Formats: sequence, structure tokens, C-alpha cells
Amino acid sequence: MTPSSSIAAPGATPAPEEHHDHHPSYLVDGTTIKSWLLTVDHKRIGLMFLFWVLLFFLVGGIFALLIRVELLTPGPTIMDAMTYNRTFTLHGLVMIFLFMIPAIPAVFGNFMLPLMLGAKDVAFPRLNLLSLYIYLAGAVLALWGMLNGGLDTGWTFYTPYSAHTTTTVAPVLFGAFIIGFSSIVTGINFIVTVHTMRAPGITWFKMPLFVWAIYATSCIQVLATPVIGLLLVLVTVENLFGFGMFDPARGGDPVLFQHLFWFYSHPAVYIMVLPSFGVMSEVVATYSRKNIFGYRAVAYSSLGIAFVGFFAWGHHMFVSGQSTFAGGLFGVLTMIVGVFTAIKVFNWVGTVYKGAVEFKTPFAYFCGFLFFTVFGGMTGIALGTVSLDVAWHDTYFVVAHFHFIMVGATIMAFLAALHYWFPKMFGRTYHEGWGLVAAALIILGFNATFIPQFLLGNNGMPRRYYEYPERFQELNVASTAGASLLAFGFIIIAMYLTYALIYGKASGKNPWRSKGYEWLSESPPPTHNFVGPQPEFPEEPHFYVDPKKAEVPDAV
Amino acid sequence: MSELLNNILFLPEAASTFAERIDSLHHFVVGTTMVMSTAVGMAALFFFFRYRRRLPAQATEYIVPTLKTEFLFVSVPLVFFLAWFGIGFRDFTWVTTPPKDSMDVYVMGKQWMWKFSYPEGPNGVNVLHVPANRPVRLLITSRDVLHSFYVPSFRIKMDALPGRYTQIWFEATKPGTYQVLCTEYCGLSHSKMLAEVVVLPQEEYDNWIQEQRRGRLQDRQDALADNSLVPPVARMVEQGQVLAGTQGCFKCHSVDGSQHIGPTFLGMYDRVEQLDDGQTIRVDEAYITQSMMDPGAHLVAGYQNVMPTYQGKLQGPETAAIVEYIKSLRTPNVREGASEGPAYDAIQ
Repeated sequence: MTPSSSIAAPGATPAPEEHHDHHPSYLVDGTTIKSWLLTVDHKRIGLMFLFWVLLFFLVGGIFALLIRVELLTPGPTIMDAMTYNRTFTLHGLVMIFLFMIPAIPAVFGNFMLPLMLGAKDVAFPRLNLLSLYIYLAGAVLALWGMLNGGLDTGWTFYTPYSAHTTTTVAPVLFGAFIIGFSSIVTGINFIVTVHTMRAPGITWFKMPLFVWAIYATSCIQVLATPVIGLLLVLVTVENLFGFGMFDPARGGDPVLFQHLFWFYSHPAVYIMVLPSFGVMSEVVATYSRKNIFGYRAVAYSSLGIAFVGFFAWGHHMFVSGQSTFAGGLFGVLTMIVGVFTAIKVFNWVGTVYKGAVEFKTPFAYFCGFLFFTVFGGMTGIALGTVSLDVAWHDTYFVVAHFHFIMVGATIMAFLAALHYWFPKMFGRTYHEGWGLVAAALIILGFNATFIPQFLLGNNGMPRRYYEYPERFQELNVASTAGASLLAFGFIIIAMYLTYALIYGKASGKNPWRSKGYEWLSESPPPTHNFVGPQPEFPEEPHFYVDPKKAEVPDAV
Repeated sequence: MSELLNNILFLPEAASTFAERIDSLHHFVVGTTMVMSTAVGMAALFFFFRYRRRLPAQATEYIVPTLKTEFLFVSVPLVFFLAWFGIGFRDFTWVTTPPKDSMDVYVMGKQWMWKFSYPEGPNGVNVLHVPANRPVRLLITSRDVLHSFYVPSFRIKMDALPGRYTQIWFEATKPGTYQVLCTEYCGLSHSKMLAEVVVLPQEEYDNWIQEQRRGRLQDRQDALADNSLVPPVARMVEQGQVLAGTQGCFKCHSVDGSQHIGPTFLGMYDRVEQLDDGQTIRVDEAYITQSMMDPGAHLVAGYQNVMPTYQGKLQGPETAAIVEYIKSLRTPNVREGASEGPAYDAIQ
């Protein structure tokens, strides 16, 4: 059961074998439905989140494919304009609020955070369960609204349109409002866990970088989500009763909505992407068998992104009539957020330098992630150079940009995490060959879907167009072809992972020989994570240096 | 070279001075992005080939960056980003600051069409005629929800907001027809809200507009015979004068420069006013519109806050007409303080 490592294990975990019979893994410790639905075990809650998040990813993905099929021809293809407008709205809503925001924090954050901190659970286990049910309640309400008509505002709900439209705005927005509480509750829970539950030896600067990323994310969730919550209630009330908050004819302000919306939704981009950065820091260290190059720089840059990310919202509004000076200010702040991300990228590449690299599926996703993050991030910088945004704003260039950075990076990290931690969560291994094939398909398909969209944006195609002038058709067809490749990749993953879940070979405790803290427990872990006395962590995470060598760090 | 790059990047023909100004920055930024993202992806792959794992549990060296390395990681991207921002912001200021001699056109978006009004007439729907090589300032508003006025070939875009005026300007360089697209989602027929800009050489434009105005006059004289068909007044100034009378503006504002309850309209436009909070403000379209909608927002020193709001009482085009009327009362005699800096301040 112990990894056949040539290096001494850093964590002094007590030998689990002698207690093994009394401590079954969390998967089989209680097999009734009730024992799952009412569990307060962070691992089971994480798995239940995984189930729902994947389900909503499927729903959002089907909407995405419908959109791509509709855009195959310049005129109507398979649906009418109203259906199309509802489809892209629901695609955005489901993917953002039901998939991407909870994807990594609620699934892998929940599962790994206590393991990485040497804790038995999160600080507030019952609150953790509550967060799942709040999420489900919000999702049910939102889905009910979608089935009963659906709304056609786009996921940005810009007023005055969203206050006027006759489609079903109220239940969907109220559903999203409720989901916000789930986000806040999870955030508070994680912040308290990180502050109070670290095992002896884990100081702030010995925490795994995934924990740092989740910590920074939680801070954003707690601070920013209330703003969107209040805003969604305002729009709901406006839509139902018409108080005139955003109606200039009654003294309201038509742009106020955009300020409040982006004050949340810009940081929300970092809620989606910071956990991905955390996952990748773990993955690159494990597969390169290296300590993270510039650990502190990566940790601080997470906090830096979380902080400065709050003051860049106006770069979504360069042509909304806000002042030229404000445009400049938001432009400069955008550049600073970009620099923090650049620091991370360089340090990840530095981590591979002089490593001992094993090219497994998660490492393939890491390479794709680097490309998407740099390309997506730098096109974000390009949009932040104010004058270029005048042409690009609200075109497909923006669509392609945020799919690259937000979706590309998050999907890469989500899949990397799913493969990297699959043995940890289920104690089984997947088929490596199929994993690499699917990774290649997905990275290729993603590029084939969105690079044509960058070009469409350059060519001048606005987003949210049901019909388009004929000169845009070739690129739209190329994009749709790429999307089908992407869908094919996901189908392969779904198949071999499902197979591995049932028939996969037992993985053993630590198949990657990783020195991440989470691998010190059994795979899958017992209900209370660690058996016996409190484990201690004398070494930093991902310390792969030969103990016989003198411990003098080489500085490059 | 630039033609070739534009073709590779699928950029439409550059047909305005702004397009020519920003396209080279576009090439620079997008080119660097492509090189850097490929380089970083390749670097990871290269390190994989160079440092493949030999033993299952191979030990590695403990490598940390020096201060110099970290400094490079921060400073190199920062220098690039700030340089791009510097160039970009300079051009953005340029495109939000129309030259003094630009020609004004009022643009109003509504679900789902664009209306264009010239101060001296005529009004038109979905086709905007402009002369080539002459700066044109667009004063944009909306009658219902948000819209956005976008001409890909000119690389310009500005949102249309209900109850407010935004502005942008362009100088078309080549005669021709260019498509206008709405880029702010505005409902069912958002993708059908198309219009076009017809750029004519100066002489042809002059002929066209004379033709239009003569046609209008003809219509009007024809209609005079039949009073049941009173045609809409095409000249915005005249329309504004009538409106100012019916809305009661003249009860408090004089037009001959004499003192009254409110400031006189004579020479009001482009004057630098002293406000009661000690600041100064240049009277432009934005300020006049704001003063009609929210009179107390910026009160001219020495006047009481007694004006009622016209929010909801005036339609977008009516507001524009009154603004145009006030602008017609410009006179060099009453004007105080010389204009400095940009001719027009950006609309808040």
C-alpha cells in the first residue's frame, strides 16, 4: 500500500493497515440512500456536487451544440429567432451559474481541501451540506423557469431590455440569486477551514497552492456574490412591478445595471479561473516531480488577482458611454491583472525546467491549459488596450476570448483534476491511452471551435446574432465542425471514465507517486480521512529532492 | 504588408482614419499573442522531451527563482502591456474627442432600426449619407432599450442609451457603402437591425443633400394646399423652436440675452459656465440634455433650482431638436472664456 518511492514519505502518517478493517473507505461507509443524501462528509458532498455539475455541463453542452448547428447557415436553420435567443441565454446561464462557478471549488475544493490540510473535514460540515441543497433549490427554480418559457435576455440580463421582456425572467433570476447563497456559504466555510484547520507543520507558506487558489477564490465569492444577489433581486422586482430603477424616463439610470453587474461578474471570472490555476500548480508539480518554481510568487499572485480583479470591471463598458478617463483607469488596472497571470504562467513553465516529466493525461491538459491561458489571457489584454476594444466590443472576438480563458482554462483544469484525482476519489485507474486520445481531441476541437470565432470577430460579426450576413458563413461552419470534434472528445471521456468507475483496476494509494499532501491518506480515503492520531507535515508539499543531497536550493 | 496581415486576420477593409490608426496596433498585439502562446506551449513540450522521467520515483533538484528572474517575469510583460495601453488609450482619447469642424448627425436606435437626422434636415431611416474625408460626429441615443452602433470597416462602435446622448466620430476615407450592425442585444430582431453608411465624394454629397432638402420643401409646399396633411418639420432647429415654445421653456429662458429666471439661451452652447459648487462646466449636448432631464445636477451659479424635470415629457428626438435649437443661438458676442483642449467633452 505504501508507494514504492526512493524518497522517505514526508508525512508521518501512522500505518493504516492495522486499522484497515475498522475504517472502510468513505464510498462504502454507509450504503443507504439516506447515508448519501444526509451525509456531512466533505468527500461525499464533493461527489454529489460532481454528479450535478456534470449533469448541468451536459445540459449546457447540448445548448451549445444547438447554437452551433443553428449558425451553420446565414438564415434560419433548425429553430426560430425566439428559440435561438433563449438557447444562448440558457447556455450561458447553465454553464456559468450551474457548472463553472461550482465546478472546481465545490467538487475538488470540497474533496481535497481538508485532505490537503490534514483535517478530518471542513470547518462547518453541516453548512457544507446546506450549500449543496441551496444550490439544488436554486437550480430547480431556475430550470423550472427555463422549462416554463425560458428567458431571452442573454446571461448578462442588461436592462432596460430585461425589465421589459415578456419572457420568464423572474424565476430564473431568483434561482440564480439562491445559488449565490450556496457560493457564499461554501466560501465562508473554506476560509474558516484554511484559517483554523491546518494540521501541525502546515504554515501559510507550506500550504499546497491549490489551497491558496481556493482561499483566494473564496474571498472573492464572499465579497462579490452579495452584489449580484442584490442586483438580481432588483431586476426581478423591476420586471414584476416596474419601479423604474433602470428607466431613464422615470429618473432611473440605464447604465447602473452594467456597473453593478460587472462589479460581480468580472471577479466571477476569477472565481472560475483561479481554482484552475490551483489545480494546474498541483498537476505540474506532480508530473514534473518538482517543487513549484517561485511558490510565493504564485501564491501572492492569486491574492493579487483576487484584489485587483475587483477594480477592473469597467473594461466591459468602454463604449457604454462611461467617461474616457474612467476607460483609461480601468484599462491600466486590467493590464495589472494580466501581469499577475503572467507571473503564474512563467513559474509553471519554470517548474517543468530540470524536472522529471511523465507525459500522462493530466500533463497533456496542462500543455493545453498553458496555450489557452496565454492566448486567452493576452487577447484579454488586447481587449484592454482601449482603442482596439472599440472595434472588438460585443463581437465574436470577445466570445472567443472568454471561451479561451474562462472555459478553455477551466475545462482543461477540470479534466486534469478529474483524471489526476480519479484514483484518489474512487481508488481506480482509467485507461491512459484513451485519456491521451481524448485530451488531444479536446484541445484540437477547442482550438478548431474558437479560433474561427476570433477571426469572425475581427471580420465584424456581432455576438447573439440569429441570422448573419453571408460573408460570415465559412468561419461559422469551421467553428461548428470544431465543436463536433469537441463533443466527440467529451463522449469518449464519459465512456472510459464510466467504465473505469466500475471495472477499472485498483490504483493503490498513490499511483502518481505524488508528494502532494492529499496523497498521504488512503485512496479512497476513510470517512475521517486519517486513521489514528493527528498526522504531521514536516516537509513542504511536492518536495522531490533526494534526502541524501545537501539541501541548498539552486537559484536560477 | 498591412494588406496581407489584414487578410490573414480577416479584418474588413479599413475605410476610416481611425481604422488606419489602430490596425497596426492590432497586428502588433495579436502577433505577439500568437508568438507568446505558442512559445509557452512549446516550452512545456520542449522541457518534457529534454527532462523525461528516467526512474519511476526520480528525485529532482530544488530550484527556486532568483530575485532577478522574478523581476524579469514581472517587468517584461508589464512593459509590453503598458506600451500597448499607452498607444491604445491615446487612440481612444482621439476617437472620443471629435474635431471642432466635424459635421453632426443625430442617430437614434429603436427596436429594430436606425434613424438618422441632420440638423438642417433631412431625416432618414437605415441609410446614413456622409461626405468622404470630412469628420462626422454621431450623437447617439435610443428610444427603447440599449443598442450599439457598429461599422466594422470604420472600426467604430458606440452604445445607444435611452435618455442619454453618447458620441463618437469618424472620417471616412473611401467612397462606398459600409454595413452598420447593432452589437448590443436588443431582442427578437437584434440580428436584423442592420443599416448602411453611404460615403460620397464631397460634391456628390452636396448635390445629394440639396436634392433632399429641395424635395422636402417641395413636399411642404404641396402640403400647404391641403391642411389636413401637415408634414413633420424636417429642420431640427425649427422643430426645437416650436417645442421650446410649447414646452414652456421661454417662460424662464430668454433668447435675446436678457436676464430671466433661468440662463439665457443666447450663446449658451459651448460657453464655460461657473457652477454653484465652484466648478466650471462647458455647455455641450450632454450638459444641455442632462439639464433638461435632471436640472439640479449641475446648477449654474446665481440661479435657483426651480426648473422641473422634462424626464418622460420629451422624446429622444424632441430633446435633440431643442439641443439643436439652443446650438443655433450661438453668438460670438455673449460668449465668455475661450475654448481650450478638446472641442467636446465626452458624454458622461
